[in-house]
Amino acid sequence: MPVPEEVEILLHQHFGAPCQPLVNKKDAVNEGDRIGDVEKGLGAAVHASVTGNVKAIGQSAHPVSVKAPSVIIQTDPEAPPREWPASDWQGLSREDLLGRVKNAGIVGIGGAGFPTHVKLSPPPNAKVDTLVLNGAECEPYLTTDHRLMLEHPEKIIEGAKILLTILGIKECRIGIEANKPDAVEAMKSACASASLNGFRVSVSALKVKYPQGSEKQLIQSLTGRRVPGFGLPFDVGVIVQNVGTAKAIYDAVALQRPLYEKIVTVSGRGIARPANLLVRVGTRISDIVSFLGGTTPGLAKVVLGGPMMGFAVSSLDIPVTKTTSGILFLSEEEIDARPYSQCIRCGWCLEACPMGLLPNEIGIYVEAGRPGDTSQFGVFECFECGCCAFVCPAKRPLVQFIRLAKMKAKK
Amino acid sequence: MLTVSVSPHIKSGESVEKIMWTVVACLLPPLILSIFIFGFQTLIVTAVSVGSSVAAEAISQRLLHRPITIKDGSAVITGLLMAYVIPPGVPWWIPILGAVMAIYVAKHLLGGIGFNIFNPALIGRAFLMATFPVAMTSAWLPPIRDAAVFKYMGSGIDAVSTATPLYVLKHYGASVLIEKFGSMSTIYGDFFVGWRPGCIGETSALLLLIGGLFLIYKKYITWHIPLSVVASVAFFTWVFGGERLFMGDPLLAVLSGGVLLGAFFMATDYVTSPSQVPAKLIFGAGIGALTVLIRLKGGYPEGVCYAILLMNPLVPALEGWFRPKRFAPPKGV
Repeated sequence: MPVPEEVEILLHQHFGAPCQPLVNKKDAVNEGDRIGDVEKGLGAAVHASVTGNVKAIGQSAHPVSVKAPSVIIQTDPEAPPREWPASDWQGLSREDLLGRVKNAGIVGIGGAGFPTHVKLSPPPNAKVDTLVLNGAECEPYLTTDHRLMLEHPEKIIEGAKILLTILGIKECRIGIEANKPDAVEAMKSACASASLNGFRVSVSALKVKYPQGSEKQLIQSLTGRRVPGFGLPFDVGVIVQNVGTAKAIYDAVALQRPLYEKIVTVSGRGIARPANLLVRVGTRISDIVSFLGGTTPGLAKVVLGGPMMGFAVSSLDIPVTKTTSGILFLSEEEIDARPYSQCIRCGWCLEACPMGLLPNEIGIYVEAGRPGDTSQFGVFECFECGCCAFVCPAKRPLVQFIRLAKMKAKK
Repeated sequence: MLTVSVSPHIKSGESVEKIMWTVVACLLPPLILSIFIFGFQTLIVTAVSVGSSVAAEAISQRLLHRPITIKDGSAVITGLLMAYVIPPGVPWWIPILGAVMAIYVAKHLLGGIGFNIFNPALIGRAFLMATFPVAMTSAWLPPIRDAAVFKYMGSGIDAVSTATPLYVLKHYGASVLIEKFGSMSTIYGDFFVGWRPGCIGETSALLLLIGGLFLIYKKYITWHIPLSVVASVAFFTWVFGGERLFMGDPLLAVLSGGVLLGAFFMATDYVTSPSQVPAKLIFGAGIGALTVLIRLKGGYPEGVCYAILLMNPLVPALEGWFRPKRFAPPKGV
């Protein structure tokens, strides 16, 4: 999509501390300039996504925290796009590679937005032996990973090699759901033609089942290892990155290009022309809507992210962030807003839960005013994939009940 | 106006209404056939049962200040099932009392749908058995063979009443059964289609099987409970039901009484049955074993109703014993 006239770049886009602005009002900035960074603590830098002038440093609508500080840049329509020539990264040290990842502000773009340079520095006692690349599109509707694997498989493989070098390991496994044979094929042939010099990279077609793209499920499918409750992947020797993050790492290291563009799936019956778009971070949803021919009359809900775990938003002024993977415009018939009723104990949620928990009991305990007693049902293992609420015939808001239970229950 | 709510933002198209009304649809063919087997009054008794169950649901929910949910079809199922386990010749008003007991006491006083321990329809029947023992154990009608569906209307029960096959078998033995109902092959054929004395909706194995298999096909129920009930009834009857061990007739046992109605439509009630596969198999096998025990050793010729009611209170324990396997609990749990 064309560069918008104005972008609003949030200074708090991801997991960790918010960035402090590094620019002032009226400053001229170049595409790719760092405009915000964290002074201390966990976080990642943000960069200008367009060339232009800083119009304001203020507050913007934020998908999750309602309001957040931002830098608004007025685009210079005359400015040519910035070039990012490739250079050889092979000779660089681990520290230099990590530094480039950090400078480029890379975060996990599969969704959570955890700063990647931190994830790539596991504690010394963790014995990581396998890198897992997640190509199992996290949620229905979203097709960004699919497009990326078709269009840039060789860059993803190159990114994987950089990741393996940083981690000092040899083994990389890429998981893709079997309903994308073209992506499996593209990744396999990119793998075959790449010079892997010693790295072992394999591509597996996985069973099509939501939530296959969930970290714990993906690790189990690819390696047979199970990450225990309250544990992290490195507890079982694995680090997971999204294929999109791998491509971003290639850009960051080989091109020294920061992360300021994002592939976004725009879908749902509420938008005139659904599409996968390459958009600049900071582009407002309203600009995307007008580029795609507007919304349709049946529009009932706008969701940032996927339909199972994304956030519903109330305004179209919200800008795209590094972690925005989808913008869904859902119509009345897609959302099913029927009121909920008592649990009829059909047990479908038990069948659906990928973690083997008891969503029905958690919901009943919460309704009975006993959310504190739900840890016995494994409430903290729930990662809110939404399967239980999706299948519930009584339309019970089970994820909402579980979130409440997590707030009140003791670990 | 945009809706804002917690994820997930899409849902499967299933709903409680859809499930319940599908069950109702699966229960209708046996009702229609019962008009041709026992006459038009089965429709009246069933209509009274359904009507009073729905009314009892609305009134109960009103009295208890709960949302009125009669449109979900659950009270309709209770009404249908209660009528189906009542003899066809009872006075038409009897189900009203059963409905009050089933819906108000057994369902809503225990917390409403999802919290009732016992199957409401069977509580209704057990209550009627206790309060109208004569009508409930003798108002059997011989099947009509000439499609004269108004034959029994207005006539006294005593003038036409007959005995059920299980009663005959229990008190007079197999030879009298054959004398009364024809050769074993005739019996199997008639009983399979539904032409035998019995409760209103329990006689047609064929139609109950079709309805039950449809529910399995729709994934609204699984095969575990129905199969384990049927297999257990067949097995225990084969072992203990004959003159000597291993001489019983398992096919006759399954085709008579309320085994198939109970197995597919009552023992599979979500609220009063377990959810995990091993628990389902134990639950079904227990129902079958208790059914045969009551049939062979108890005071009644039929035991499906009480067998289910006896297994119902074990469900919370079965749910506790058999839980889904956690994907990966925290270390040390």
